[in-house]
Amino acid sequence: MIWNEKIECASHEEMRIIQSERLCETVKRIYHNVPYYRKKMQEVGLNANDIHDVDDLQKLPFTTKIDLRDNYPFGLFTVPMSEIVRLHASSGTTGKPTVVGYTRRDIQMWSEVVTRSLCMAGVHRNDIVQIAYGYGLFTGGLGLHYGTENLGASVIPISGGNTHKQIQLMEDFGSSVLCCTPSYALNIAEVMKEMKVDINNLKLRVGIFGAEPWSEAMRKEIESKLRIKAIDIYGLSEIVGPGVSCECEYQCGMHINEDHFLPEIINPDSLQPVTPGEIGELVFTTITKEGIPLIRYRTRDLTRLIQEKCVCGRTMVRMEKCKGRSDDMLIIRGVNVFPSQVETVLLNMSEVEPHYLIIVDREASLDMMSVMVEVQEQFFSDEIKKLQELRLKITRNLESVLGISVNIKLVEPKTIERTAGKAIRVIDNRNI
Amino acid sequence: MLIRQLSIFLENKSGRLNEVSSILGTNGINMTAFSVADTSEFGILRMIVSDPERACKILRDSQFAVSLTDVVCLNCPNEPGALAKALQILSDNKVSIEYLYAYSIGDSANVVLKPDDLDLCIKILQDHKMELVKASELYKI
Repeated sequence: MIWNEKIECASHEEMRIIQSERLCETVKRIYHNVPYYRKKMQEVGLNANDIHDVDDLQKLPFTTKIDLRDNYPFGLFTVPMSEIVRLHASSGTTGKPTVVGYTRRDIQMWSEVVTRSLCMAGVHRNDIVQIAYGYGLFTGGLGLHYGTENLGASVIPISGGNTHKQIQLMEDFGSSVLCCTPSYALNIAEVMKEMKVDINNLKLRVGIFGAEPWSEAMRKEIESKLRIKAIDIYGLSEIVGPGVSCECEYQCGMHINEDHFLPEIINPDSLQPVTPGEIGELVFTTITKEGIPLIRYRTRDLTRLIQEKCVCGRTMVRMEKCKGRSDDMLIIRGVNVFPSQVETVLLNMSEVEPHYLIIVDREASLDMMSVMVEVQEQFFSDEIKKLQELRLKITRNLESVLGISVNIKLVEPKTIERTAGKAIRVIDNRNI
Repeated sequence: MLIRQLSIFLENKSGRLNEVSSILGTNGINMTAFSVADTSEFGILRMIVSDPERACKILRDSQFAVSLTDVVCLNCPNEPGALAKALQILSDNKVSIEYLYAYSIGDSANVVLKPDDLDLCIKILQDHKMELVKASELYKI
């Protein structure tokens, strides 16, 4: 089923008119309400009336995570706090999180795009949808939740973790749709095998997976282990959360809800648009968001756009599965982690030198992050107890900043390789 | 009465202990006693050597994390109940022991002790006429 056929199957010209109108409105709103944006526009000699249609988009300055950090927490909000009904946050590049605010209309818009995504995945109102994304500051849980309710399907708001219970409810309630990170889906499949669950007794038929990069090989593995169709959903909290784009049942690229989020692909070095169809960095401009509209926000995700109409009938532009990042951000169990966050924590601890190496592994389909930290003369103690306390202290400090569990390994001085050029700070063994 | 003990941080990987002993050997430093404390992640090698200051410098130059810690060495007869007697005295006087290691030769035994309160420990052992080994003697063994 196509949830909003008028929009999702609109002609290129119809979509362009909608986009141009909404872009102009958004630019006026941010120019008049956010001093930071006004200043950025004035610096390149633009005022609110210089943007007439989508062709003018390229005149506008980019927005990055740094802009969000510099305006922490609410500096880029376009409306007074009395209009904000919800806050979400994700990791920033250093200690401070990236905060986003939603007005009532933003929540409705978000529900709409998630509902469209669910329909793309083949979910209907008779489905029982088990939402195993985390509920909380992370947008995954609540994003899928509102969209599922809007569709009229039944929600099991179980949140992440507690795998035995996930499986028990799947069996007892007859969940037909599972929403979680792809790595957690594989983990659930493995625990099912251990528990000797007969997969034929489950009603599961669709999985909606996102919040972390995953390969086609991983899709095949999930599909064969859980005997479901695995659908890729894309989103980032800065833009709205999950539902920015989603695959349809033909699994040939994610349809971008481009009446709300205007995509561009740029060369991350020259910042110029790439030739249509080429791979580059994905940039989004939100054209309906009220709480925190973002202009030409650099997602750092690398992908390409597909303009052709899809077999499913939708005309909305598609994006391929993300090919990687144009920065050093890691996505671990759906959580964004920057090596700079680890460095900041270590620099703030007087006992530690900021020599570290992050190692990411996938153990039993769950991402595990280890950080090797060098033991230095000044904090080496003769007592094991004190070294263990130090290890625990580093672990706690990192976990409170990163929001995921971390395994700290103390190593001997000078054993982490020094390089003359750019230091190698991350070894990712996941083969995504 | 204070003995300078060498403590070396070791990752749990093969060949590290061998490396320490060969560095000391090459530099003519003799080991009198040592013990290894290990956890799943790392270990600490503690040892009494003939020249602790020089050994410390040499190992630091070879990129080891090393510290010097003061400990005491108790000499007691190599016979049943001798160690128990000493430990009972310390326990009665509220001295706790962080760790200890010992070796015996013939009819006497040396026990290297790291108490929580070093001064108190020495005073109590001396008050009870326990024999403490002098650093200069121990380094020579």
